Amino acid sequence: MRNSVQKLSYLQAIIEAEREEMQRDENVILMGEDIAVYGAQSLVEEFGEKRMRNTPISENSFVGVGVGAALTGLRPIVDLTIASFCYLASDQIINQAAKLRFMTGAQLKVPLVVRTSTFYNNRTAAQHADRPYPLFMNTPGLKVLAPATASDAKGLLKAAIRDDDPVIFFEDINLWGKKEDVSTDVDLLVPIGKAAVKRSGSDLTIVSVAGCLPHALAAAEVLAGEGINAEVIDLRTIVPMDKETILTSVAKTGRLVIVDNSHKVGSVASEIAAVVSEEAFESLRKPIQRVATPQVHIPYNGALEKRLFASKDRILEAVRVII
Amino acid sequence: MLLIRRFEEALIAHNPVGHLSIGQEGAIVGACMALRDDDYVTGTHRSHGHPIGKGADINPLMAEVFGKKTGICKGLGGSMHLTDTSRGLIGESAIVGGGFPIATGAGLSIQVRETDQVSLCFFGDGAANQGTFSESINMAAIWKLPVIYFCENNGYAVTTSVEKSHGQPDIARRADGYGIPGIIVDGQDAEAVHAVTQEAVDRARAGEGPTLIEAKTYRFDEHSNRLAIPIEYRSKEEIEYHRNERDPISLYRATLLSRDLLADVERIEQEVAKTIDAAVEFARESPEPDMEDVWDCMFSNPINFPAYEGEL
Ligand SMILES: Cc1ncc(C[n+]2csc(CCOP(=O)(O)OP(=O)(O)O)c2C)c(N)n1
Ligand SMILES: [Mg+2]
Repeated sequence: MRNSVQKLSYLQAIIEAEREEMQRDENVILMGEDIAVYGAQSLVEEFGEKRMRNTPISENSFVGVGVGAALTGLRPIVDLTIASFCYLASDQIINQAAKLRFMTGAQLKVPLVVRTSTFYNNRTAAQHADRPYPLFMNTPGLKVLAPATASDAKGLLKAAIRDDDPVIFFEDINLWGKKEDVSTDVDLLVPIGKAAVKRSGSDLTIVSVAGCLPHALAAAEVLAGEGINAEVIDLRTIVPMDKETILTSVAKTGRLVIVDNSHKVGSVASEIAAVVSEEAFESLRKPIQRVATPQVHIPYNGALEKRLFASKDRILEAVRVII
Repeated sequence: MLLIRRFEEALIAHNPVGHLSIGQEGAIVGACMALRDDDYVTGTHRSHGHPIGKGADINPLMAEVFGKKTGICKGLGGSMHLTDTSRGLIGESAIVGGGFPIATGAGLSIQVRETDQVSLCFFGDGAANQGTFSESINMAAIWKLPVIYFCENNGYAVTTSVEKSHGQPDIARRADGYGIPGIIVDGQDAEAVHAVTQEAVDRARAGEGPTLIEAKTYRFDEHSNRLAIPIEYRSKEEIEYHRNERDPISLYRATLLSRDLLADVERIEQEVAKTIDAAVEFARESPEPDMEDVWDCMFSNPINFPAYEGEL
């Protein structure tokens, strides 16, 4: 099956990554609430209840259970389903998973993967719609992934499962159904810490964070029609951040728009802007633009909610400011 | 009960969102009828019924589920957050288990302010597995707070049965671990629920502390009518049995008829139908909220964020 492809949705690609890694390594287990509902029923059938654990609604403790299992030889994947539930488990994620290796003088390691989906643009209101990756970006000791394509979701999740550090893996619910050709190569990993140049261009750089990629590419398409060549970079990994790819691009274009669906203050976009200001100030010909979510909670009303997130039009508006 | 049923049936027809309480109305109304308007209630993601049970106006509730400006939360909260503070509601948590500490805090506030209110926390069987359940009830027990922890045990948390997620299936038995009374009641029998809740309310008002009540009930519809469930986690026969034999509304209607109250029943049925039709109309015709509403609701003393406010 090497080097062939199959058409998979983003969510199916994630399930395939889990399947392949569970087949490869019997120490990989999966835990979460109602795991069968979110696409993993076939894994329950294949691997049985010993390795596929349906948990009670006890997020902080079952993530902690995952940490304990990770310390003692397993490689648990814990599915926190919706990203707002990370807050309930943040004690175990931040105080335990992220710190244990450091505090024990590197005696312990925590090969834990926390999967979670950002559940926005879906009329579920503020307690479900958060995109809290900046919170975890600000926590040393965690690797933070946010793929935007099915292939990257598969390859990055596989890399995360094989990684010896705690990884938090943000999925975008708006991408779950998106299909593309995904390699069936069971050893094809997407390296953690590498951004992807999705479109090359010389007039400006658009860095897309997490699920913003389709909007960034759509904006670039419009710009191309006007003779403006945008380079589009998909960040893919938030921590560790691939500064080099971003700085190389900005050195070429001198203009930077960052698109990020997290709240603007202290966002991933803020961090990228800070890095570029510190390390490539001279290459900038115009001020950096951030397209991010303003400091309000996500309203239930669908039309209002939509306006708070990245769109082709909002990106174009930001581009017009500097072009 | 009927108002809740028809409210949700209207949602199925006109604006299919969210988590329905159909089948659980006996537990909801039985509990709410033991409360005064100024008693506090916290709800859950499945909380269309709680404000209705507390006597809230229907129009703003319906408009809220439709996401409109005239909604009780200005269209910002939505289906899982129908909070009408004028009826003692202090929030519905879509974060499962979020209500336990809040209801307990309201109990603390009542005790410190020396009023004779009580606080009632609605929660599901699944929520009992959150740490907040144990931590909150223990605090209420040691401080003798006037709180009623009211479990609508509908047998399932999404697809996970109580049997598969609890060490033993009677949630009320856990009360013993905190040294408070725990009571199991048939949630399909509104009058029975009312009687045990009234007793717990009386104890709470008398300063005798919290009670844990578990109403055994059943959810007739899917967990949420927006979530596809790919597995059969409960049998069709089980669902049919509850729909046909254990519907709290049919059961209570029969009780009322046996008391020769047919005329009253029919009058109520007509009134409810009118109220719901009017609410759907109201919700449909209401305007959408504006981005200013979003900003205005963020802080009590709006802080000036010019850099952001102008943005959208
Ligand atoms: C903290 C948290 N974890 C998970 C969920 C997802 N979720 C929503 S409702 C629900 C089941 C709740 O079950 P139960 O408490 O029995 O209430 P019911 O839905 O049966 O009314 C789950 C797991 C959530 N909303 N919040
Ligand atoms: Mg339940």
